[in-house]
Amino acid sequence: MILRIENVTKDFKVSHGPLARATHFTALKDVSLSVGKGESFGLVGESGSGKTTLTRLILQLDRVSSGRILFDGTDLASLSARDLRHLRSRIQIVFQDPYASLNPRMTVHDIISEPMEIHQDTLGLNARQRTDRVVELLELVGLGGQHLFRFPHEFSGGQRQRIGIARALAVRPEFLILDEPTSALDVSVQAQVLNLLHELQAKLGLTYFFISHDLGVIRYVCDRVALIYRGEIVEQGETERIFEAPESDYARLLLSAMPEPDPDRSPFRPPAASAG
Amino acid sequence: MTTLAEKVPASATSSRWENARRGFYRFRNSWLSIAGLLIVLVLFIIAVIGPSIVPYPEHVAGSVSTATRFQPPSALHWFGTNELGQDVFSLVVAGSQISLLAGLAVVAVGALVGTLVGAVAGYFGGWTDEVLMRLADLKLTVPSLILAMAVAAALGPGILNMVIAISISWWPGYARLVRGEVIAKKEEMFVQAARALGAGTGRILRRHILPNILTPVIIKMSLDMGFAILTVASLGFIGIGVKPPTPEWGSLLSIARTYMPDYWWTAVFPGSAIFLAVFGFNLLGDGLRDVFDPKARR
Repeated sequence: MILRIENVTKDFKVSHGPLARATHFTALKDVSLSVGKGESFGLVGESGSGKTTLTRLILQLDRVSSGRILFDGTDLASLSARDLRHLRSRIQIVFQDPYASLNPRMTVHDIISEPMEIHQDTLGLNARQRTDRVVELLELVGLGGQHLFRFPHEFSGGQRQRIGIARALAVRPEFLILDEPTSALDVSVQAQVLNLLHELQAKLGLTYFFISHDLGVIRYVCDRVALIYRGEIVEQGETERIFEAPESDYARLLLSAMPEPDPDRSPFRPPAASAG
Repeated sequence: MTTLAEKVPASATSSRWENARRGFYRFRNSWLSIAGLLIVLVLFIIAVIGPSIVPYPEHVAGSVSTATRFQPPSALHWFGTNELGQDVFSLVVAGSQISLLAGLAVVAVGALVGTLVGAVAGYFGGWTDEVLMRLADLKLTVPSLILAMAVAAALGPGILNMVIAISISWWPGYARLVRGEVIAKKEEMFVQAARALGAGTGRILRRHILPNILTPVIIKMSLDMGFAILTVASLGFIGIGVKPPTPEWGSLLSIARTYMPDYWWTAVFPGSAIFLAVFGFNLLGDGLRDVFDPKARR
């Protein structure tokens, strides 16, 4: 197990002004799950269910209220600032929104080489080697050296997401969090990006923690799935098992809400059309 | 796709150049902005080469010729002469140096200190924010000219002291502007991405937040230049700015005040110079705002 989340709870204090007493909002409640090395683990939940909070906790952008998050056997909360920085080169994230997650004032070269600058002591690359590696990464994600000195606004959504993936891969991570990496993209581009992610996993031996609300995407990508609802894990297991024989009511509800891929069975089409 | 490939910029510089070219096109569309830019450029050129081209450099240095007191504007003395027989044109041209230099220094120091304070307050939040911003609020409750007067009076006259005095009253505006921008920007995804990468506070502020909030700061600097020049002149006018005989627009105006309205040229020309400088920088600032913030365009 590369990532083990044990009974994690996250409370947020909600202030109602100086006179009222602050209340607590529980974003995650007693969440436990584990992700094996080299697998694709899916986390499914609707908006506000705590998916993003969980990623922020794994990335140590926020602290857990109680419970533990173990990466490769070490408790993240116990790490010193120095060790945490080192660990950050092993866990990387691809964000949902390819427009907001790239600094508009930096060139593609600077965006992708920045992680290598930050983790200079681990990677030990000089400026020239970093540039070579940026070109290599761009080619890996289906872009090229001609894009090196362009700015993010000159790219399409799918291309930007490829830049985001290249940035995440720059420090040779083992564990990649994919926070709805395709939800902001067109359907045709979604497939390209998913196929790219699949290729990369096979090539680089990555572990994926794939967050999505799109069950079709999850079924396409993930080996195992956990369903999260209002901060609690309601069901987890093999993807096929959950899609074929869901145990919880919530899983059944989600599956029944999946749009039918057969257009003839769409409720938007009049019945007469389906006769032919 | 081929047309796109042909347009690929060869380097970051050419890509930036392309953006700048588009920005200048928008700037050029407004003749007021162009007028502002021209006024500012001319002022700076005059400030740099002025002292060496004035017709009566000895008057700038402080010599007097009582024989030619209060001569009206003529071909010999374009702006007339003052109560000491000095050529007003020479004094106004030489005075541009002090006014522009002091204005520039005030705005630069104010923006630098304000950006630093605002960035730290906005980024760290909590108590740091409270303390720094209450300090800025406290400063804003005191009228800036009064504070500058008090500080200048305490430190004594002189250009450097005057710049320090005005800068002290100038930074809170920048601090508040930058703080707000930093708070908005630090929640942006690319900043979160940098944090997840392990970037330190210094790198995040320097490479991710500050470059993205520079635009409003530059616009404010340009708009403020006019007011800074005006404040410098005001301090000169009330006699705690630059010491005579160094020519400065505010003090020239102050002395000329007693000879109004008979010898109007001694006051009108330094006054017009102040007006022109403030006007030019305001037009330029408005133009820059239109270029950088397309939403504010008419």
